[in-house]
Amino acid sequence: MNVLIDKFDVFAGGFWLTLQICVLAAIGALILGAVVAVLRISPVPPLRAVGTTYVNIFRNMPLTVVLFFAAFGLPALGSNADFLRIPGLDAIFSRLGTDLPYFRFGLIALVLYTAAFVCEALRSGVNAVPAGQAEAARSLGLTFGQNLRYVVLPQSWKASVVPLGSVIIAMIKNSALVGFFGVVGDLSQTADQLTSAGGYAFIPVAIGISVGYLIMTVPLGALLDRIEKRQAVAR
Amino acid sequence: MTTGDPLIVLDGVNKWFGPLHVLDDVSLSVGRGEVVVVIGPSGSGKSTLCRTINRLEPIDNGTITFDGQPLPAEGKPLAKLRSEVGMVFQSFNLFAHKTILENVTLGPVKVRKEKPAAARERGLALLDRVGIANQADKYPAQLSGGQQQRAAIARALAMQPKAMLFDEPTSALDPEMVGEVLDVMTSLARDGMTMVVVTHEMGFARHAANRVVFMADGQLVEDAPPNEFFANPRSERAKDFLSKILTH
Repeated sequence: MNVLIDKFDVFAGGFWLTLQICVLAAIGALILGAVVAVLRISPVPPLRAVGTTYVNIFRNMPLTVVLFFAAFGLPALGSNADFLRIPGLDAIFSRLGTDLPYFRFGLIALVLYTAAFVCEALRSGVNAVPAGQAEAARSLGLTFGQNLRYVVLPQSWKASVVPLGSVIIAMIKNSALVGFFGVVGDLSQTADQLTSAGGYAFIPVAIGISVGYLIMTVPLGALLDRIEKRQAVAR
Repeated sequence: MTTGDPLIVLDGVNKWFGPLHVLDDVSLSVGRGEVVVVIGPSGSGKSTLCRTINRLEPIDNGTITFDGQPLPAEGKPLAKLRSEVGMVFQSFNLFAHKTILENVTLGPVKVRKEKPAAARERGLALLDRVGIANQADKYPAQLSGGQQQRAAIARALAMQPKAMLFDEPTSALDPEMVGEVLDVMTSLARDGMTMVVVTHEMGFARHAANRVVFMADGQLVEDAPPNEFFANPRSERAKDFLSKILTH
């Protein structure tokens, strides 16, 4: 078990890198997922078709395959995902700006994949708002955008927040895959480094990285439980 | 009572819900200031008829014109038309996350771009008119059904509509609250508002309507002044319907 103390800095570094990719991927997935959700509930059929196609592709494909496409497909197309080298942001999230593109590729794959689930969580919240609310808004002459902004979304949020949290927790766990697609030094790849290269016993290392993931996911789950209880009281 | 061109004209309107022919060649015109009460057995298409007038239900064929213009299909023109037609629903449909006053001012502020202070002042006056000014800062769930429905009427009136549609406004209310809503509707009718009212309240039809329209199986069967309709229904179906509801 000495590895947990001797190599604490390696675990901490892995934790920090995984936290970085998760924060960025969560922000990206929430934004993209919201856009796709608006497409899916839009009154314009071609926009709905685009949203539905997106969800069908990324919800139904294994994340591993999405990661393969990102890590091998994007370079084949000549892209290093340099658009993610966002000045300022790469000062905090240093891997965004490195020449090695694998952090950016992993981020893209996580965002694309998770956005499909974010979209569906948001949409389930919208569906939980009684149809009469949107009907009343339409009958007052509110446009589709005003209807969403002032009537539907403020009410759907309550029903969305718990499933959204579950999606983000799943995303944190899914991020363990990026270590096998070229992202050096995240929490899961740390295990690989310490056991195969460093020769440490597997079980203590596995316990170490498990604790790392639990530190991220358990408080998030507890927060969701609290929100749910508060809502139950409000109802 | 009726002056100039009719405000609402339905001509040869048909609508199907799958195989169900819910509106069967319906033609109806409503003059300015006229109060038309639509009655009929459940499933006769009267609610659907009411909802086609602001295109909450699109029709399959036929034409509907409002104030001389055919109903727009979608988008901004349709939103504008809806802002000129007030609608009151059976289940009130007040915005649950907004106070009563916010419910009443949302349309004027966001659709008509009125100044919030002016909209608020008029909103309070309307709430006073329907008798719930003291509830302005409560949320819908804190009000009784009758109060909620009166708030919903005030919300529709805040848009200063050219006509008001009522889709069974008292059907979800406890009996002792029906009167307070009908009183508001009766006073609106007296003030000359053009109204299409789907209802089972025969008393309201008798004393407030200019015309009673009887529907059955998606067809418009009779169209007559109330005293004529209630004293002498011409069709068998209307006689049958009235005998069922008036014997209790």
